Amino acid sequence: MRKLNKDVIYGIYSDEEILLHAVRDARNRHLEIMDVYSPFPVHGLDQALGLSESRLHQAGFVYGTIGALIGFLGMTWMMTCDWPIIFGGKPYWPVPSFIPIVFEMTVLFSAWGMTITFYTICGLWPGVENPQLDLRTTDDKFCIAFDRNEVPDEAARRFFADSGADEVNYKNI
Amino acid sequence: MSGGIVAPVRRPLVEGQKTYHQITEDLCAPTERTPSTAWVLAFILAASTMAFGVFCVLWTIWMGIGTWNLNRTIGWGYDITNFVWWIGIGHAGTLISAILMLFRQRWRTGVNRAAEAMTIFAVICAAIFPLIHVGRIWVVFYFFPYPNTRGALWPNFNSPLLWDVFAISTYFSVSLLFWYTGLVPDFATVRNRAKGLRKKIYNSLSFGWTGSAKHWQRWESLSLVLAGLSTPLVLSVHTIVSFDFATSVIPGWHTTIFPPYFVAGAIFSGFAMVQTLMVLTRKILKLEEYITIEHIESMNKVILVTGTIVGVAYLTELFIAWYSGYVYEQFAFFNRAMGVYWWSYFGMMACNVISPQLFWVRKFRRSVFVTFFMSIFVNIGMWFERFVIIATTLARDYLPSSWSYYRPTWVEIGIFVGTIGLFFTLYLIFVRVAPVVAIAEVKHILKVGGDQFIGDKAHAQKSHEHHAVHHHEHH
Repeated sequence: MRKLNKDVIYGIYSDEEILLHAVRDARNRHLEIMDVYSPFPVHGLDQALGLSESRLHQAGFVYGTIGALIGFLGMTWMMTCDWPIIFGGKPYWPVPSFIPIVFEMTVLFSAWGMTITFYTICGLWPGVENPQLDLRTTDDKFCIAFDRNEVPDEAARRFFADSGADEVNYKNI
Repeated sequence: MSGGIVAPVRRPLVEGQKTYHQITEDLCAPTERTPSTAWVLAFILAASTMAFGVFCVLWTIWMGIGTWNLNRTIGWGYDITNFVWWIGIGHAGTLISAILMLFRQRWRTGVNRAAEAMTIFAVICAAIFPLIHVGRIWVVFYFFPYPNTRGALWPNFNSPLLWDVFAISTYFSVSLLFWYTGLVPDFATVRNRAKGLRKKIYNSLSFGWTGSAKHWQRWESLSLVLAGLSTPLVLSVHTIVSFDFATSVIPGWHTTIFPPYFVAGAIFSGFAMVQTLMVLTRKILKLEEYITIEHIESMNKVILVTGTIVGVAYLTELFIAWYSGYVYEQFAFFNRAMGVYWWSYFGMMACNVISPQLFWVRKFRRSVFVTFFMSIFVNIGMWFERFVIIATTLARDYLPSSWSYYRPTWVEIGIFVGTIGLFFTLYLIFVRVAPVVAIAEVKHILKVGGDQFIGDKAHAQKSHEHHAVHHHEHH
């Protein structure tokens, strides 16, 4: 188990609408949220938390471009420089014939590149044991967590009571 | 909130007034309980069939392609028929998971996981055929352009057969990524209910997923882009498969209609296979409240549309053959319908064009019984279609002196039946190991698809709407 060595106070909510209100409320109170855990992607949660938009798709574009270039330039080099062969009277550089493979290479590089990037930046990989605050957050509960060094317990408890949390817990992760 | 506005005509997609916890319980249960007798018997049957297929594949590799009934005229028989059939079946999974995701069709959540699994297993079955039909499987890596000591002699990038190598391998690996990325959060759900070794295994499978907000945001971004990439990818795969035929100069193959016609046929046959699996899965795993009649009806509508497109394509082919004034083309189509293989053409027309028209009737679309038999018909019909295109055409080529007749040997039949065994073996393992319905995605649509929120059984629907409107004004 990876240890972050953080003292955490967290509240458990049972509905995503209550959670969203709570997140907005916490931001209005200038309480710095450490993280929010949910069993499914909650629509609008990233805006409510003020998370910047993911740039994963931009990475995907770059990977795709690399794949397309490798495919196109690779085939060009093989068929015009390294070993030119005439196939059925076609030119040495049959660009229209390259389209399918260039397309497949674009998709292949983009998909693999993005997926590997995703797991790497999220710290997810086979065998990794990331610390979990509450096992029920993959079932039916939603959780807002504060770092106790950043947010005083008193303010956190008042916030949880006001925003409709079902329970409040402490944990060192 | 979690899904926006729902039109009042929408029917519930999750029945039984489910709570989030109940969804977890219901969908994790099949992986947690001891396998039922039905599962064990099905697994024994599937695994033995697969074992026979493995034997036939090894027999082919050991003895050579001479164990098949291919001859100088008919170079493609059962092998490529089965290859195209399986690849086509795979297409429905990607259509459901990627194209319906881009179109925001919420009903995909009930069936996308199983359909994507079906895609992967179907592509595995398909890939066996080109690998063994090249004859020397031990040098099959010659397909790939790697720096080699043969000069370096590269493959022919003009050839659609090589495009196919790239298309199928890309399709397989990208489908696998898409499917697995969807599974990761659900494996975490299973992990958090497990203990001991099982917990360790599922933690590994879930990559240590926690459900953090930033991870979900990236996960959604990744899913959306993978869907966007898979959509043209799936269309390209069967297009390129059709190029294997369309770029040749064989009458009956050399037609520009092939790419769209093959793609429509692929989706058609794939949805039929999804129906076969879903009808059995929902019954045996007791998932009728998640894979509802609404889901079955939606898929039957797709079968009706694509079946009709396929029918139009058949008629277009006939018309163009006549209109072209080209005697070889005309003969090819006359021969398909009236020649020695007339029965396969008849089977194709009856199963693919005529029988799906039953689905214009709502009662039939919503009948599990009719759906199951129709799905079998369509599977058979689409197999006949490929057989008609390949064997019938090759059996009667330009030179009457080389005309021939083709019937498979026991080895060819054994390999085909073996791939069906392999397919069901993999599927049966899948339903034991992974949640068959995407847990997180069903929870995500519960508030807009649950029968306590929409439909006839919805309680407090008015107050819910009122709340939503009020909430909207508030912001």
